[in-house]
Amino acid sequence: MVTSKVLHVMYDDDSKLLDAASKLVAQGIHINDVYSPFPVHGIDPVIGIKRTRLAIVSFMFAMTGTSLALLGLWYFMISDWPMNIGGKPSFSLWENIPAFVPVIFEFSVLCAAHGMALTYLLRNGTLPGMPATNPDPRTTDNMFVIEMLDSENEMSAEELEAAASKTSPFEMSTKQYEA
Amino acid sequence: MQHEASIREPLILGNKTYQQITDDVLAPIVGPAPRGWKILITISSLVALYGIGCILYLIGTGVGVWGLNKTVGWAWDITNFVWWVGIGHAGTLISAVLLLFRQKWRMAINRSAEAMTIFAVIMAATFPGIHMGRLWLGYWVLPLPNQFGSLWVNFNSPLLWDVFAISTYFSVSLVFWYIGLIPDFATIRDRVTGSWQKKIYGVLSFGWSGRAKHWNRFEEVSLVLAGIATPLVFSVHSIVSMDFATSVIPGWHTTIFPPYFVSGAVFSGFAMVQTLMLVMRKTMNLKDYIHVRHVEYMNIVIIVTGSIVGVAYLTELFISWYSGVEYESYAFINRFSGPYALSYWTMMTCNVISPQLFWIKKIRRSLVATFILSIVVNIGMWFERYVIIVTSLHRDYNPSSWGEFNATSMDVGVFIGTLGIFLTLFLLFTRFFPVLALNELKSILKSSGDSQKQAALKESK
Repeated sequence: MVTSKVLHVMYDDDSKLLDAASKLVAQGIHINDVYSPFPVHGIDPVIGIKRTRLAIVSFMFAMTGTSLALLGLWYFMISDWPMNIGGKPSFSLWENIPAFVPVIFEFSVLCAAHGMALTYLLRNGTLPGMPATNPDPRTTDNMFVIEMLDSENEMSAEELEAAASKTSPFEMSTKQYEA
Repeated sequence: MQHEASIREPLILGNKTYQQITDDVLAPIVGPAPRGWKILITISSLVALYGIGCILYLIGTGVGVWGLNKTVGWAWDITNFVWWVGIGHAGTLISAVLLLFRQKWRMAINRSAEAMTIFAVIMAATFPGIHMGRLWLGYWVLPLPNQFGSLWVNFNSPLLWDVFAISTYFSVSLVFWYIGLIPDFATIRDRVTGSWQKKIYGVLSFGWSGRAKHWNRFEEVSLVLAGIATPLVFSVHSIVSMDFATSVIPGWHTTIFPPYFVSGAVFSGFAMVQTLMLVMRKTMNLKDYIHVRHVEYMNIVIIVTGSIVGVAYLTELFISWYSGVEYESYAFINRFSGPYALSYWTMMTCNVISPQLFWIKKIRRSLVATFILSIVVNIGMWFERYVIIVTSLHRDYNPSSWGEFNATSMDVGVFIGTLGIFLTLFLLFTRFFPVLALNELKSILKSSGDSQKQAALKESK
């Protein structure tokens, strides 16, 4: 088992965090993660986070919902037990579709929203009973933390510390962890 | 980073820091309950208990304890249903539509408006449920394989569309609300000291840690949910209106219903948000976050939607004459001069005339006037549904089957009871949940905080 070091650099302002992150990245340092109490706009491209594909997932769930609704409606109303309502018999799905639009729409939205929400929670690993992994409780309040690992950088922990201390941090800490 | 003109009125008053926002929002959760809150919850839970008693009596005895008869088969029950669903429209409108329009002022009110939506929809769903009489057979509205032969629910009926619309709306609103709550629960988890509190908020916060990638996904999920919740809001009340509009009852059978109902829903929903928000800011000491600017914006929405509702009333009236259909004309003459004329004129006064007072800037920006008018609007909107439902049903085509509806104590009891249950749920929410989207608020502090704006102004001079 290899032991390596994790460095947490804390800032008391989001703009300081952004400046520091850009400076560190410019020196070729790889930032493992950033913890913040609210979304800091502009940090994603700096630390190399790509845009999430959750919207595509949502669209796929919506299409699944639409197909299931169409299939269900065809089976209930056309195939299994066609009804003659007020002299308007249900001959084919196509002829009956205007009356089915509301349910198809609602069911598509239902699947899209819940499918996306579940995917979001699973991908994040945020589920009921999961332990919190933020390095300091203040990061959900008013502090912003940059996390760096010496195992992912060519620099040693000491060199990373030296580089970080030039970005006027609020606090810094280095811990050992088992990789 | 957001930018906003420095001369524009700030959204967050006072000299706030990120930490201060956390302190202010968490004060009611970590501190002792304010006295006003204790008094309110005692009253509302007593009313709620009375309402639950009435509902149990109704289920035990039968729907006959209401004043319904064979001519007027829908009255207070469906009036209350539509009224509550309407109120439930403001929350998602504020969080979804205003998010798409990038309105930053929604951040102070969206959390509690969404909570209001969820509780209002629960109250709404109670009414069709108990109106079934045999509540335990409620699952028959779902298309389930059954032992009655191949008997499916009728997908051509708007009443069934409503089952899908309301349940989708409820569950999607719940998910939208909860996803926004997760980061704020994490803030509470990291703040509270009691071991039980820490455990409970730890479970509720799903282990949220505020990683950059998670925030990236969070924003995308909020945006997409807002995008799909927006047509959902409009579809729900359109479908509610079709419960009436697709039938051939005079006064119901009109194509104007969907837009008319949707704007009415937004109108009453915003009024209820105003009522609750003005009480909440006082009892929970949130005057720096919810203030005149927010109230004024909401009042502007109330003028717009109230005017749409007014135009719809007049259009209905005109078309009933212009159509040349005598049943239709009579339905409207009967509305304003028949046995329920008082309800009609209450509706007209409260919904058409009273919101027009908001054109006057002094009234629009007065918290007391807003509070009073918001209650007036809600009374008016209840009477609107009552007028539409009861006056249309009690005299239709065949005079020999005309009848009248008189409310019984159970009609009143169940309705008042739902007000109590709703208020109790809302008060519990304000005590144990973060009532403002505190982490979202932090993101607008720099662009719209009072002291931050003052500093920017000084710098530019």
